[in-house]
Amino acid sequence: MNRFLIPLGAFVLLAIVLAVGLKHSPEKGIIASPLIGKPAPVFTTTLLNDTSAKFDSAEFKGHWTLFNVWGTWCFACRDEHQALLDIAKRKEVRMVGLDWKDEDPTATQWLQDQGGNPFDVIATDHDGRIAVDWGVYGAPETFLVNPQGVIVHKYVGALTMEAWEREFLPRINAKS
Amino acid sequence: MTRYFVTSILVCLLAASPVSYAVDTTQMPTPELQKRYLGLTHELRCMQCQNEAIADSPVSLAADLRRQVAEMLNAGKSDDDVRNYMVARYGNFILFRPPVSTKTIWVWATPGILLLIGAAVAVRITRQRAALVDQDNEPVEEDIRSS
Repeated sequence: MNRFLIPLGAFVLLAIVLAVGLKHSPEKGIIASPLIGKPAPVFTTTLLNDTSAKFDSAEFKGHWTLFNVWGTWCFACRDEHQALLDIAKRKEVRMVGLDWKDEDPTATQWLQDQGGNPFDVIATDHDGRIAVDWGVYGAPETFLVNPQGVIVHKYVGALTMEAWEREFLPRINAKS
Repeated sequence: MTRYFVTSILVCLLAASPVSYAVDTTQMPTPELQKRYLGLTHELRCMQCQNEAIADSPVSLAADLRRQVAEMLNAGKSDDDVRNYMVARYGNFILFRPPVSTKTIWVWATPGILLLIGAAVAVRITRQRAALVDQDNEPVEEDIRSS
């Protein structure tokens, strides 16, 4: 009896360790952002197709903003594009896009192919520095920035209307 | 025969040579900075391909993070400045060696606990075997021959 006790105990222990590991493992690669609750990173950059105009992170102040990091090379961005267009129609937030590592003409063509531009303004991140500052590790990523310029929520992966209503709207309604 | 011998020696030499697959060709201005750069890029996780270090990953995000490390080191920042910068944006997950805290203590403690369990099992088995020798009164082969 006793000689089975130790292996059995070891097995149970290992099972517990692995179960905890599985439960806490970054679910589908989603890692909680340490930026939640922090002010949005400060940056200034040119707009898509308009190198004379700038987007400044100070513009986050004063209204709720959906900040969406996308790229034409990103397949999941195609999946979420209709959701972004639908959200834009509802006029609940200012829509700011960050075009991550793209050429401007390619990005413009891509937006046309996807059925239009959902964004009020599109900032560009040609060399990827802004995305690093935001802790972005895979497009698409969508941030919710409150009128004080603080990051309230981050959504990784293709955004859907359900996710918008479940994870974003309650936060806007609770605090505005 | 000789040909096979030479070939096998050549294969062995080839296998032993320190081939570096050049994912990262960054050269820092001083050997000291280069050493620190290599150290940091090997302990930061590529967030896109989560079990590779940014030093070994060909994805573009890893290249961006390597550039960030190089720039910060060149600007005179310390290794901890770089780590803190990355953790502030990507969380502890980006470190292959997470700091010891109440949340991560089990990660660090588990190997020690396992080692203790292994030692306990080893001691137990040794004792049991030693006890068996004491109980063994059967004459061994040599005893029989000499008597």
